[in-house]
Amino acid sequence: MYIIVVGGGKVGYYLTKELLQAGHEVVLLEKHPPRAAQIADELGSIVLNLDGCEGQSLARAGAKRADIVAAVTGDDEDNLVVCQMAKHHFSVPRAIARVNNPKNEELFRHLGVDEIISPTRTILGAIEQDIPVHELLHLAELEGGDLEVIEAQIEAGSPAVGRRSREITLPDGCSLFILIRDEVAQPIRPETIFQAGDKVIAITRTECEAALREELIGTAATAR
Amino acid sequence: MKAVIVGCGRVGAALADRLARTGHDVTILDTSTRAFERLPADFAGQAVRGNGIDEDVLRRAGLAGADVFVALTEGDNRNVLMAQLARETFAVPRVIAKVNDPVRAEAYAALGLATLGRTTILRDAILDYLGEPVDGVRGVQPPTGHDHPLEARPAPESPALATGARPGPATPPGEV
Repeated sequence: MYIIVVGGGKVGYYLTKELLQAGHEVVLLEKHPPRAAQIADELGSIVLNLDGCEGQSLARAGAKRADIVAAVTGDDEDNLVVCQMAKHHFSVPRAIARVNNPKNEELFRHLGVDEIISPTRTILGAIEQDIPVHELLHLAELEGGDLEVIEAQIEAGSPAVGRRSREITLPDGCSLFILIRDEVAQPIRPETIFQAGDKVIAITRTECEAALREELIGTAATAR
Repeated sequence: MKAVIVGCGRVGAALADRLARTGHDVTILDTSTRAFERLPADFAGQAVRGNGIDEDVLRRAGLAGADVFVALTEGDNRNVLMAQLARETFAVPRVIAKVNDPVRAEAYAALGLATLGRTTILRDAILDYLGEPVDGVRGVQPPTGHDHPLEARPAPESPALATGARPGPATPPGEV
């Protein structure tokens, strides 16, 4: 397998080392001369001091016969250009890009990048497993902190979905106040039926917050 | 027309001012507020601080619904990324990217972007002044091909989406 790695930062460096150890043919392109020299001291002549975004650099690295190009620089724009040049000019079968801004994933995929690796997304996923997806949002304190104005987001799976306001047992001292649906605020009447996506603004005594949360958001929302 | 320009250097500032003076709706972005000092005091458009390679920033700058997008930062790759965002995600009909590297400019023209680069523009202008033969003084290089399906997609806000047309990229929760 012939693999071209573009970007000699931490990711590119360790990736190249691992690939070499696994017995692959690898070339690493790094555009900054001091960094390229530093890695070349250890890894040898497979490190080329070239800018992988330039068509000529990819040609010199033998992109025409590469099986994979992996663009792992710290800049999304550079990784995109490397992958597009590799795919469209050198017909490399597989282009892999590191993406830092998760919002770029969709665009990269649409523009023909075969594999998108998003460290940000991966770490975000790990963190979200450990925290409740939705908490009550504290909007204001009233009466010196005894009362709170909170906002609850009702999601699919919340015990409130499909129920009328009057069917929800609220702890004493809580009142549901305003419903925001499709960006329109409306009063909550006893017959109001809650839907996923609704936001509920409520007033609650501080000690009743947990009970209110259970009714509106549920305990299952804490994804584990 | 509504134009969004990224990069408030000499060219960006002059272009923004000229378009605003002739009655167009202009928004110019730059990562540095100091860059806006290049704009005249009576600049009639809007100047927004932000990084144009961030989709959210472009959305806030009103890119959905713009007629023209021009990427003029000093980074060829940044310009290419933004221009493709403008085209693919926001369905802007006319997109121009400054790409100073002639090889990359040609590659992206083949991928359907209009490009311009100072390398070829200045070279040809000088050759022309000297009376040397040039292929013809070229300004913005129109797209030369479509090896890649760079067809415009409906913007997330497009009414076309409601009628089952091809979907745009997923709008992240909380983004409207």
